[in-house]
Amino acid sequence: MDYQIIVGLEVHVQLQTKTKLFCGCVNLFNPDNPNVQTCPVCTAMPGSLPVMNREAFSLAMKTAVAINCGIASFTKWDRKQYYYPDLPKAYQISQFDLPFSENGFLDIEVDGEQRKIGIIRAHLEEDAGKNMHDESGKGGDSKVDLNRCGTPLVEIVSEPDMRSAAEAKEYLEELKLLLTYIDVSDCNMQEGSLRCDANVNLHVTNDDGEKIATPIVEVKNLNSFRGVELAIEYEADRQWDIYQETGLKIGDVAKETRGWDATRGKTFGQRGKEDAADYRYFPDPDLVPVTVTEEEKQAVRDSLGELPAARRSRFIEEYSLSKYDASVIVSQGNSFTLYYESVAKSCGDGKQAANWLTQEVLREMNERKISIEDFPITSDGLATSLINRVRDKKISIKSAKEIFARLMEDFGESNESYGDNKAFDQRVEQLIEEMGLALVSDTGELEGVVDAVLAKEQNQKAIEDFKGGKQAAVGALMGQVMKQIKGADAQTVRKMIIEKIQNM
Amino acid sequence: MSIVGKTTGELLDSMNQGELSSVEIVQAFLDEIGRRDNEVNAFLSVRPEKALEEAKEVDQKISAGEQLGLLAGIPIALKDVLCTEGETTTCGSKMLENFVPPYDAHVVQRLKKSGVISLGKVNMDEFAMGSSTENSAFKTTGNPWNVEHAPGGSSGGSAAAVGANMAPLSIGTDTGGSIRQPASFCGVVGMKPTYGRVSRYGLVAFASSLDQVGPMANDVSGAATLLEAIAGHDHRDSTSINCPVPSYSDSVDKPLEGLKIGVADEHFGEGLGDEVRKSVENSLDVYRSQGAKIVNISLPHSKYAVAAYYLIAPSEASSNLARYDGVHYGYRTENFDNMIDMYAASRGEAFGDEVKRRIMLGTYALSSGYYDAYYLKALKVRRLIRQDFDQAFEKVDVIASPVTASPAFKIGELSDDPLAMYLSDIYTISANLAGLPGISVPVGLSGNDLPIGLQLLGPAFEEDRLFRAARMFEKETDWKTLKVS
Ligand SMILES: [Zn+2]
Repeated sequence: MDYQIIVGLEVHVQLQTKTKLFCGCVNLFNPDNPNVQTCPVCTAMPGSLPVMNREAFSLAMKTAVAINCGIASFTKWDRKQYYYPDLPKAYQISQFDLPFSENGFLDIEVDGEQRKIGIIRAHLEEDAGKNMHDESGKGGDSKVDLNRCGTPLVEIVSEPDMRSAAEAKEYLEELKLLLTYIDVSDCNMQEGSLRCDANVNLHVTNDDGEKIATPIVEVKNLNSFRGVELAIEYEADRQWDIYQETGLKIGDVAKETRGWDATRGKTFGQRGKEDAADYRYFPDPDLVPVTVTEEEKQAVRDSLGELPAARRSRFIEEYSLSKYDASVIVSQGNSFTLYYESVAKSCGDGKQAANWLTQEVLREMNERKISIEDFPITSDGLATSLINRVRDKKISIKSAKEIFARLMEDFGESNESYGDNKAFDQRVEQLIEEMGLALVSDTGELEGVVDAVLAKEQNQKAIEDFKGGKQAAVGALMGQVMKQIKGADAQTVRKMIIEKIQNM
Repeated sequence: MSIVGKTTGELLDSMNQGELSSVEIVQAFLDEIGRRDNEVNAFLSVRPEKALEEAKEVDQKISAGEQLGLLAGIPIALKDVLCTEGETTTCGSKMLENFVPPYDAHVVQRLKKSGVISLGKVNMDEFAMGSSTENSAFKTTGNPWNVEHAPGGSSGGSAAAVGANMAPLSIGTDTGGSIRQPASFCGVVGMKPTYGRVSRYGLVAFASSLDQVGPMANDVSGAATLLEAIAGHDHRDSTSINCPVPSYSDSVDKPLEGLKIGVADEHFGEGLGDEVRKSVENSLDVYRSQGAKIVNISLPHSKYAVAAYYLIAPSEASSNLARYDGVHYGYRTENFDNMIDMYAASRGEAFGDEVKRRIMLGTYALSSGYYDAYYLKALKVRRLIRQDFDQAFEKVDVIASPVTASPAFKIGELSDDPLAMYLSDIYTISANLAGLPGISVPVGLSGNDLPIGLQLLGPAFEEDRLFRAARMFEKETDWKTLKVS
């Protein structure tokens, strides 16, 4: 017996509009000041009416195009009805049978393998508020915060096309990258602007070759990428155990809803509102249907710009990057890629630029927990003052990295960035001097030192070894030269030593 | 004539000519409320101090020669279903007995701009569900012509207030006839405008796709001026239509040349009382005498209107009233064990029987497995009814019909028979389903001195035509003398 994991994801993305979906309240994450971003509409005061936020709809259309969905020419609003204190109207304005977009896909790559994950639909709806229960254990009153109530959400429902927890995680990461690239959402999972539910089951192949699908379980509220991965793995193991025990197939039991306990690393049974799921959907009579013209659709397509997948391919092509480097750079987000391209253009060496960014810059960003926007060295400064000096053999790559590290230390103390390129360049010049890192490619000075090293008694064996074809022997000689002249250019030294030995 | 018997136009003229001040007018109506309302019971709240204060401001503006709104200084009664900032808005329900809205309805804002002065809020069937105002949680309103009889509903308080001369104008709302039927019962003019003509923002919803706010008045011109004050586009109501509002008050006195009045057999069949039939036929003669042509038309789907209405309206109501759950505002039960319990008990204790009945009907109709057979089917019927009207209005300018089958019934007469009560809206419901304007204008008295109304329906956004047609009758007659026996 063997099994295959089957996963489909339902992802909720909060759109970063200025105002809420159906009222003029500001749309901001603000959990510390409950019920300040509210008005008669989002608190469901009697007599209040919703009015659709055009900006939200246009961000939703951008989202649809990015995930390769078709945009409907006619879409409407439906009421999804259920009682819960965080839902003051006792219905959520959502889209039922005519979502604004359908039939898309997302390409992902897992372990070098390309996978196309189908997207069934994306629809727009309003977020609910938040219930806050007394956690003192003394049975105090529960409270409701409606700041979030009415925030625009796009729900993106995938096909059950993912075959492992790793694929699900990759799909979610690629989706997040895509949506942050097109600026529709900040996709901050901690703040709940990206939320994920996973539908998980198994396709079991019995010993006699019979294929059986196990009951689908929906795991709700996965609020980290790691959580998604762990929960699916846990759930697959759990379902496998249950199948072996009970042999239950899909359809034998109702769809179960489970929660994910990140602390214990377990899913647990939940009594969801799904249990009696009759939402009594019907078209919201307070809102008018939305029609979208072909011109409007084209305008959205034109507004999108380059998406991550295209950008990766272009970087590989245009800057001769490895697939890996391209992927690392692009996955850092739009601003990081803009920084990269600026460095690459300024120094004319995409590969070097990539090395610097994926190693030095990223490391410093991670250590200091800063974003590329807050990075103290400008792309121009990095390219002209450091990378180009290496190219022009003014300093060695090793020295450049030392200077870079020193500059970052300075930043750590002062927290001031080097905005002015001229001042920055002077500072680099000053450090080269202070640290004695100026590259000596002046052959006169070098020759003296090389000659002295070659003349040493203890080095004669290395010289013989080299003559005998042992290329590596030159390394030890180089080391001695470099020790004496710190800024010496390794290439020049190597070349000079080899020439001199050959001419001996 | 005493102040309280005057029409809006006469009151405005008196103020213009300096014969009366707004304070005198408001005081006269307040006195009339004091004199008559303990018998009629139209008002749920009266605001004498504020009304007089506002009247004083109007008078000061008049003497300062300031530019004034269309209805400056004229008193009005508001159906207690429109949100008034800082003033209790009950919807006739225990659920909202202490609800004080933090904002004004669009209509209320427009009224304030017009300078009209609110005397207070008037009674209604709970959440506008009913045809007699007996479903109010607070009081039973009597018909000013005979308080043993119902004033109609759901805008019974609005109609009774005007009918009893306690206000020259009032605001009602009409979801299936709730302006026109009580107007007919109380002998006043009432108009349901085209759906989308008046903003619903701040109107506590009963059935969103049918609800419409409209004017009630003691004459056609008053109703026309009042609609002019409240109509127009509002960006806060997505269903509000951006279509210019003509000056109804300017044109109301111009008769319609060559008026073609459609009469449908469907409106004169079984169930129509003799007195109403006679009264309506007499009124058609008045029109004939002014050169109008009476044309036979057919509205074949009108027989399904009540059935479709009682699926659509309760469905929407079941959803609109779900928010009254005791969590955020309104009534919350004292005793409960858990959340579900609190929901159920709060709703169970604070809603009246008719509201519960409609919530159950609507919930059922929207339930999965029934939706297609009920709600969706009703929407199809609704389209067919609209088509009937579209075809009819290719041939005629207006359609004339009874408003109700009989004059005002007695209080309590139908309260145990919800179906009979539902059928009392049989002539008015189609206009709501089709979204068309309709007016009820008094055309006679029954043998026992109860008013009878004529309904005129028009194409969308042709309120002007209806006012002018209604005025043609009003100008030619004194309806109070037209008694049928
Ligand atoms: Zn709001």
